[in-house]
Amino acid sequence: MTKRLDAKRLRIVLYEGEGSTAIEDEQRLSTMTALLEDGHQVTRSGSNGTVATADTSDHLFLGQFDELPTASKAVEGGEIRFADIAGKDSAAIQELVRSQVQEANAEQPGEWKPWFPVIDYSRCTNCMQCLSFCLFGVYGVDDASQIAVDNEDNCKTNCPACSRVCPEAAILFPKYKSGPINGDVVREEDLQRESMKVDISALLGGDIYSALRTRSKDARERFSTERDESKALLERKRCLKKLQKDLDIPDEVLMTLPSAGDIEERARRAREKAEKRKARSRTMQDQKKVTTEEDWGI
Amino acid sequence: MTPPESKAARILYCHCAYAKVVPEETKQKVLRELNASGVSFDAVADLCEMSARKDPALQRLASGGETKIAACFPRAVEWLFHAAGAPLAKAGVEVLNMREDSAEDVLQALLGETANKTSEAKS
Repeated sequence: MTKRLDAKRLRIVLYEGEGSTAIEDEQRLSTMTALLEDGHQVTRSGSNGTVATADTSDHLFLGQFDELPTASKAVEGGEIRFADIAGKDSAAIQELVRSQVQEANAEQPGEWKPWFPVIDYSRCTNCMQCLSFCLFGVYGVDDASQIAVDNEDNCKTNCPACSRVCPEAAILFPKYKSGPINGDVVREEDLQRESMKVDISALLGGDIYSALRTRSKDARERFSTERDESKALLERKRCLKKLQKDLDIPDEVLMTLPSAGDIEERARRAREKAEKRKARSRTMQDQKKVTTEEDWGI
Repeated sequence: MTPPESKAARILYCHCAYAKVVPEETKQKVLRELNASGVSFDAVADLCEMSARKDPALQRLASGGETKIAACFPRAVEWLFHAAGAPLAKAGVEVLNMREDSAEDVLQALLGETANKTSEAKS
């Protein structure tokens, strides 16, 4: 399942208002950098401008307070904590915040590299190629039978293969090295390049999985007739290398390829699920049928 | 998305903490100048991580009027917020791309006149 936030997170505010001494520029910068590197959200309350409004999150105010205020409840229900950072360097402030996070039973961020697909729905045509292609069950369909990212955690770090097979360049990996996968503007030549990649897989024999199956079958046959294990392995390696190069798939992902049967079974289940949802939404629409004047006998 | 017209737009800075795709010197310079400017702003460690976790804080950051976001490609930022169920408003949001644009350009768009004054004061 997706790593949704179960525990709350602290919103940290670098406070320099009434009842406190202003923080030196260098200290403010090093503190903010250290906290951001630790995965925190930090608000700087300056002399002008506005920030996002308070919500039910717990807040931790860091400042050089004349007198340390006591913790209290915010109007919106979140708890407000205060901590004095006078005379502390950024490392000490990091430690202080970590202990406050623990004390508040809040989530300690930063334990997962966020690598997952993001769908650009203005381009997506709901062709489901990504769902059929992804080997790790990242994709699913929502109640409106629209393709959706269901399991971000299942995505293999640095593998952009699904976006490579998307004919519309609608799948982004914002941390990818190059465009349009990283979110850069999609150009005509990008679309041509993406469709070329699909063509390459088609040239391999319909789709890459059937290509793998065929090649593996050929290799098995050759092995059985020629009894040359190394030749068969070489053939498989050659096929995988081509696939890896075309789609930029990392080694470790290729190592965990499921069997062709698994892939077909998963695609079948996804199609079934989508059909069921479609049928259910049709039933619901029928039930919600608007009463006409005729129904009222007018 | 259309750029905000008011000078009082909120500022959101993304540190892209979990990857090295935004040039380090651009991030550092933007953060340094923002800090020195005296302007209030929100900073987050990584919008991607917040989006993947469907962090409710994204709702807070997406709402509340005109906003300037210093992060990466506008298309990526727009759909990251959407993926978390916190779509950005169609108007009044400007995304500044620290992956491609210079720190000076980003700061000029974020701070306008204040950016010039901060640089002048330093020189």
